[in-house]
Amino acid sequence: MSDHLLEIKDLKVSFFTPAGEVKAVNGVTYDLDEGRVLGIVGESGSGKSVSVSAMMQLLAYPGRVVGGSIHFNGQDVLAMNAEQIQAIRGKDIGMIFQDPMTSLNPVFTVGEQLVETLRRHTKMTRAEAWQRGIEMLRLVGINNPEQRIKQYPHEFSGGMRQRAMIAMTLLCNPKLLIADEPTTALDVTIQAQIMDLMKRLREQINAAIILITHDLGIVSDICDEVIVMYAGRIVERGTTDDIFYRPAHPYTRGLLRCLPRLDSDGSEPLEPIEGTPVDLLALPKGCAFAPRCKNCMKVCLTQQPPVFQMGEGHISMCWLHALENNEEVQEQ
Amino acid sequence: MSNAPLFEARNIVKNFQVGGGLLSKARYVHAVDDVSLTIEKGETFGLVGESGCGKSTFGRTILRLYEPTSGQILLDGQDITHANMRPLRKRMQIVFQDPYASLDPRMTVGDIVGEPLDIQDACSGKEERRDRILELLNLVGLNSEHMNRYPHEFSGGQRQRVSIARAMALHPDFMVCDEPISALDVSIQAQVINMLMELQQKLGMAYLFIAHDLNVVRHISKHVGVMYLGSLVEVCEANSLYRNPMHPYTQALLSAIPIPDPEVSRSRRRVVLEGDVPSPINPPQGCKFHTRCPYAMDVCRQQRPETITVEPGHTCACHKVKQDLGL
Ligand SMILES: Nc1ncnc2c1ncn2[C@@H]1O[C@H](COP(=O)(O)OP(=O)(O)OP(=O)(O)O)[C@@H](O)[C@H]1O
Ligand SMILES: Nc1ncnc2c1ncn2[C@@H]1O[C@H](COP(=O)(O)OP(=O)(O)O)[C@@H](O)[C@H]1O
Ligand code: SF4
Ligand code: SF4
Ligand SMILES: [Mg+2]
Ligand SMILES: [Mg+2]
Repeated sequence: MSDHLLEIKDLKVSFFTPAGEVKAVNGVTYDLDEGRVLGIVGESGSGKSVSVSAMMQLLAYPGRVVGGSIHFNGQDVLAMNAEQIQAIRGKDIGMIFQDPMTSLNPVFTVGEQLVETLRRHTKMTRAEAWQRGIEMLRLVGINNPEQRIKQYPHEFSGGMRQRAMIAMTLLCNPKLLIADEPTTALDVTIQAQIMDLMKRLREQINAAIILITHDLGIVSDICDEVIVMYAGRIVERGTTDDIFYRPAHPYTRGLLRCLPRLDSDGSEPLEPIEGTPVDLLALPKGCAFAPRCKNCMKVCLTQQPPVFQMGEGHISMCWLHALENNEEVQEQ
Repeated sequence: MSNAPLFEARNIVKNFQVGGGLLSKARYVHAVDDVSLTIEKGETFGLVGESGCGKSTFGRTILRLYEPTSGQILLDGQDITHANMRPLRKRMQIVFQDPYASLDPRMTVGDIVGEPLDIQDACSGKEERRDRILELLNLVGLNSEHMNRYPHEFSGGQRQRVSIARAMALHPDFMVCDEPISALDVSIQAQVINMLMELQQKLGMAYLFIAHDLNVVRHISKHVGVMYLGSLVEVCEANSLYRNPMHPYTQALLSAIPIPDPEVSRSRRRVVLEGDVPSPINPPQGCKFHTRCPYAMDVCRQQRPETITVEPGHTCACHKVKQDLGL
C-alpha cells in the first residue's frame, strides 16, 4: 500500500492532566524515505519529542494517542502489541536521546550492554557479539575500543557516552534512526565531533534519520528536509533550502531572523519574536501563533489556517497564502 | 584615580579542594588559573569557553561570592579583594542561567524585585517602594499587572526579566550575566538580549556576559575573552574575533559552531578537534591545550605560553602565534 519507510497521518496525542487535556500533538502528517535526513525544529513544548515517542509507543502516562496512524515499513505501528513493538525497537528503529544515561544502564559495562542488545535481536554467539561491539565502538570513533568496551558508562565522558549510545543503536543495522536533541547537552567542539559522525554514518548505513533539535545551524548542516512545529502542529515543511531560502510561514521567518547575523557588528538590535511561548492548556481558537504574529488578520483569530502547497514538497499553514493566492477567505 | 577602569581583575586564581577526607588525599580543581581582564564603564566583556572551563567560577569570584585563592579585584581602581562587600553589593550584581531555580517560588514578583531594596533600606516608605518596583518592572518590559503574581505563572523569558529587574534594583554599575539566555527558546533569547543592550544604553551598566554561544557573545560584547581549562587564551574586540582569530583553540571553537545557512555549511571546511577537555584536577603541563591542538610542538608540552599583545586590544597566549609573528 505505501512505499514510504515511515508514514504518519494526522497523528494526535494528548496528555490528560488534572488541569485539563494538553493537546501535545495536534494533527501531524509526514512521510520519510530511506536514506533521508529529516530535521524537526520548534520551541520547547511544541510536541517534537512526544510525536516520536508515540511512534515507538513510549508515551509517558497520562499521554495517549487520540487519533491518526503511523506506518513503519508498511506495518501499522499503533496496532502492534508489546512484543511486536519490542522487536522493532532497538532493531529496525534506533533511538538516541539528549541524555545518554536514559539508554545506558549504569550497573553494566558498555560491552555487556552491547552484547545483550545484539543477543536479543540476532542469533550471534557471545563472542561474535563482543567482536561486533568492538567494531561498532571503533566505527563511532572511540579510541582503544578493546579496552573501553570493558568500562562502565560513568567512566566515559559525555561525548563518549553519546558515541556509545549511537554505537548501540547501530548494532542491528536500523532502518530508521531517531535522534532527539543528541548534542544539546554537549560542548560545541564535542557537538561538532558527533555531527561529523552522524554525517559519516548516513553515507555508510543508508538509514533514514529523524533529528530533533532547536539549533537551526545543525539543521542546515545535515538535514535534507525540515519540519517546523508550533503548538503541536506542523506549520511548515520543505527541503532545507526551502526553509532557509524561501521560508513561507511567519514563525519560520521569525526564527531565522531572530538569530544574531554573522556579518553584523552588533549595532543593530536583533528582531525577536515578541510575546511568550504558547500555553497548550489555553490554545487560541484560530491560529496558535496569532498572539505573536505581526501579520495576524481577523480570520486568524477564529479559524485554523489550512495547509497551503508552496511548491513541490513545500507546505505552509498560514492564512497569508490565501491572500497571496487571491482566495476568498470566509469569515465565520 | 579618575582614569582607572571601572573593573579590573588581576591574576585571579580560584582552586577548589576535592577529597581530603580520612582516606583520600586532598586534591585541587584548578577552576580559574591566573585570569586578568579589565572592563570599562558601560561596556560588555563577553566570556566564552566550554563547560567546566571556569567561566561561572570566575564570575562569582570577582563578585566575592567565592573568595579568590589569590589575585586582586579592583573597582574604580580601589582594591576590594578583602573589602567588606555589603556596601559594594549594590554596585555589583549577578543574573543566573536558570530562571526557574533562581527565584523564590513563595514570593510574589513584586517582593522578589523589592527584596534588595528592603535589605539595603533603600526606600523611605511603602509608596516609594511600590513606585521603585513598578519602575523596575517597566524597565524590563513587565507591568503592574505582574506585581502580585508568583514565578510559576511566568514563562522562562519572563522569569529571566524578573531576575534582571531584581539585579537592577539598586542601580548597579557592574553586572555579571551568567548564561542569562541559555535556558530560553531561540525566539525568546533575542528579546532578552535586546533588553540587556537597551538597559545598558539607558543606564550605562557594564556587563561581564558569560555564554557558550559565540554568535550571541559577539553580538552583545565589545571585547571577548576565550577561556580554556581555567585560563584566558585570547582576548580581542568582538569584531576581530571572526576576522582574525589567532589562538588555535579560538579557531577550532569558531569552526565548530554550526552556521544556519545551508550553502555556507556545505562549502566550509571545519577543524574538528579530537578528544575531550582534560580534567582541571590534573591539567596538562605547558600549554593546557596541547593535548588537542593540531599545531602542538615540543615547547608547548613543556612551557606555559606567555600572553602576548598581537595588536592593541588583542592578546593571545600561544607559542605558535608568538613564533609566527616573530616576537
Ligand atoms: N564548589 C566547587 N567545588 C569543586 N569544584 C568546583 C566547584 N565549582 C566549580 N568547580 C569546578 O571548577 C571548574 C569550573 O567550573 P565552572 O562552573 O566555573 O565552569 P563553567 O565554565 O561555568 O562551565 P559551564 O559552561 O558548564 O557553566 C569545573 O571543573 C567544576 O567542576
Ligand atoms: N508526561 C507528560 N505529562 C503531561 N504533559 C506532558 C508530558 N510529556 C509532555 N507533555 C506536554 O506535551 C507537550 C509537548 O512536549 P514535547 O514533545 O516534550 O515538547 P518538545 O517539542 O520540547 O520535545 C508539552 O506541552 C509538554 O508539557
Ligand atoms: S495564520 Fe495568521 S496569525 Fe497565523 S501565522 Fe499566518 S498570518 Fe500569522
Ligand atoms: S601553545 Fe602550542 S599547543 Fe598551545 S595552542 Fe599554541 S600551538 Fe597549540
Ligand atoms: Mg523534547
Ligand atoms: Mg557556568
